[in-house]
Amino acid sequence: MLDAGQQGYTTADGRRIGGVVMEMRNITLRFGGVVAIKDISFDIREGEIRAIIGPNGAGKSSMLNVISGFYHPQEGEMIYRGARRPPMKPYQVARQGIARTFQNIALFEGMTVLDNVMTGRLNHMKASILDQAFWWGRAQREEVENRKRAEEVIDFLEIQHIRKTPVGRLPYGLKKRVELARALVSEPKILLLDEPMAGMNVEEKEDMSRFILDVNDEFGTTIVLIEHDMGVVMDLSDRVVVMDYGKKIGDGTPAEVRANQEVIDAYLGVSHD
Amino acid sequence: MFYREAGDFKTSYADDSQTFPIAFDRYRYYAVLAVALGIIPFVITDYWASAILIPFLIYAIAAIGLNILTGYCGQVSLGTGGFMAVGAYTSYKLMTAFPGMDMVTVTLLSGAMTAMVGVMFGLPSLRIKGFYLAVATLAAQFFLVWLFNKVPWFYNYSASGQITAPERLLFGHAVTGPNAEAWVKYLFCLAFVFVLAWVARNLTRGAMGRQWMAIRDMDIAAEIIGVNPLRAKLSAFAVSSFYVGVAGALLFTVYLGAVEVGEAYGIQKSFLVLFMIIIGGLGSLFGSFAGAAFMVLLPVALKVLLVDTMGWDTALATHFQFVIVGGLIMFFLIVEPHGLARLWSLAKEKLRLWPFPH
Repeated sequence: MLDAGQQGYTTADGRRIGGVVMEMRNITLRFGGVVAIKDISFDIREGEIRAIIGPNGAGKSSMLNVISGFYHPQEGEMIYRGARRPPMKPYQVARQGIARTFQNIALFEGMTVLDNVMTGRLNHMKASILDQAFWWGRAQREEVENRKRAEEVIDFLEIQHIRKTPVGRLPYGLKKRVELARALVSEPKILLLDEPMAGMNVEEKEDMSRFILDVNDEFGTTIVLIEHDMGVVMDLSDRVVVMDYGKKIGDGTPAEVRANQEVIDAYLGVSHD
Repeated sequence: MFYREAGDFKTSYADDSQTFPIAFDRYRYYAVLAVALGIIPFVITDYWASAILIPFLIYAIAAIGLNILTGYCGQVSLGTGGFMAVGAYTSYKLMTAFPGMDMVTVTLLSGAMTAMVGVMFGLPSLRIKGFYLAVATLAAQFFLVWLFNKVPWFYNYSASGQITAPERLLFGHAVTGPNAEAWVKYLFCLAFVFVLAWVARNLTRGAMGRQWMAIRDMDIAAEIIGVNPLRAKLSAFAVSSFYVGVAGALLFTVYLGAVEVGEAYGIQKSFLVLFMIIIGGLGSLFGSFAGAAFMVLLPVALKVLLVDTMGWDTALATHFQFVIVGGLIMFFLIVEPHGLARLWSLAKEKLRLWPFPH
């Protein structure tokens, strides 16, 4: 495993990976008697693409929900940007610069693509209710500024042609992309993607992979990714955490994880004779 | 033919987010304003004012208010009548306690008071949703009506238990009381409708409206992008109740003049306003107007048709009215569940292409 300390390192393809931005320490999450996550520790470095893989029910989504504040672990602590993070509500986590997408798309179906993306900018809009009511200076100015940012992301993800279409009318693949746009437009420090390629065909997967790499490359966004497609995971990620039955069974570069016997046994299911 | 987007280009984001992005819509809006301000005040009669125009304007405000809460923020409320009563009784207390206060201030303060009461009854919305919230607001409805009946202080210990609006002048003309002229009352209500509709439009097209709609469409996703559900829901309750309170105050001071709370602000009123927004279209300001117009005009139109034209007995016609209104509501909900606003936008979509088929 790469041990680069707090200084970080440069990857083979020339991307700069920084120090640890978030660290999970001995996280344990229980639902009644069921242990969803058992004593898991790992870290996330600035600028890297970090994958979490594992069979169904391994606790990957629970892990993401812990990071985004939906679940509060019974034990362990989270260190975010050098400080211990107290238990937070999801909207507070969002304001700390952690955005996410969902496994089953969670878009606002009644709103247009543009409005959906604009909701991602809500944390950057501070105009008072009076300003907004009368569409005065600040409200109007913020609307235009944030619209510019929204349009940049819309351009970036190539969804210009549907910006005024209600999301409910879009096909699945585009919805996934709109959801990514909504998360991205908030300029997150860490972007959590829960199975961004679930249910996509090869072409859509290729598009999405390209976007994920571009996002990481262009904005330097740290990405935590849950994915089932092993090919995708191995190609995209810098480091991989492998979970099984709530425990961590592997952690390292894709090559290291691929060579880990426990991981092979538990997840890849490749026979070894 | 004339209704076209083509060639109507926007060169700035500010232009693109304006209220009426399509030129034809804009001109139509100016035309409506011109008629409302330039023609109607001069030709208005008492009958037109009290049968159609003033109730339409007042209910339009109430419908916009409820639409903000239910249509935009997704919180069902059956307490509209009770909140209107809060507006009415606040205006009554203000008018009798401070005879010098002008009616605009009285009405706005009534709205503010209702907003506070609305926020209080909105607190349960953080825990309960859907039908259960509807029941909680229903409790607010009954509680408020009971309160205004039970505590004599609210109706200044009058023997009848009624409240009566004293005469108040605005720019030298009576707006309330028996001597108020139709055109003054009409313009007074119109001014409120104009400003409040504009404010509602501003709120719903900007950050506030997106928060509300995000909560409506998927509250979990709204939270994950940083919407504080507490603030979003309570602000919707506050703004909505403000509108409803203003409508309740105007209904009492300008329209009815004298009010008995259970009769004027009972549960029927809650349902009436709810019907307006359902028939008009949830989550649409135009729908609020359309729904209010529909529910105000329909009884009048039926009366004209049945009693004046077909010569039916008045009592019979009144009863048939209920049947017909009920039937029409069901018909509408089956044919177009998204209301008149949806029909309108479908018509506009067709118009864009007309006279070409594609």
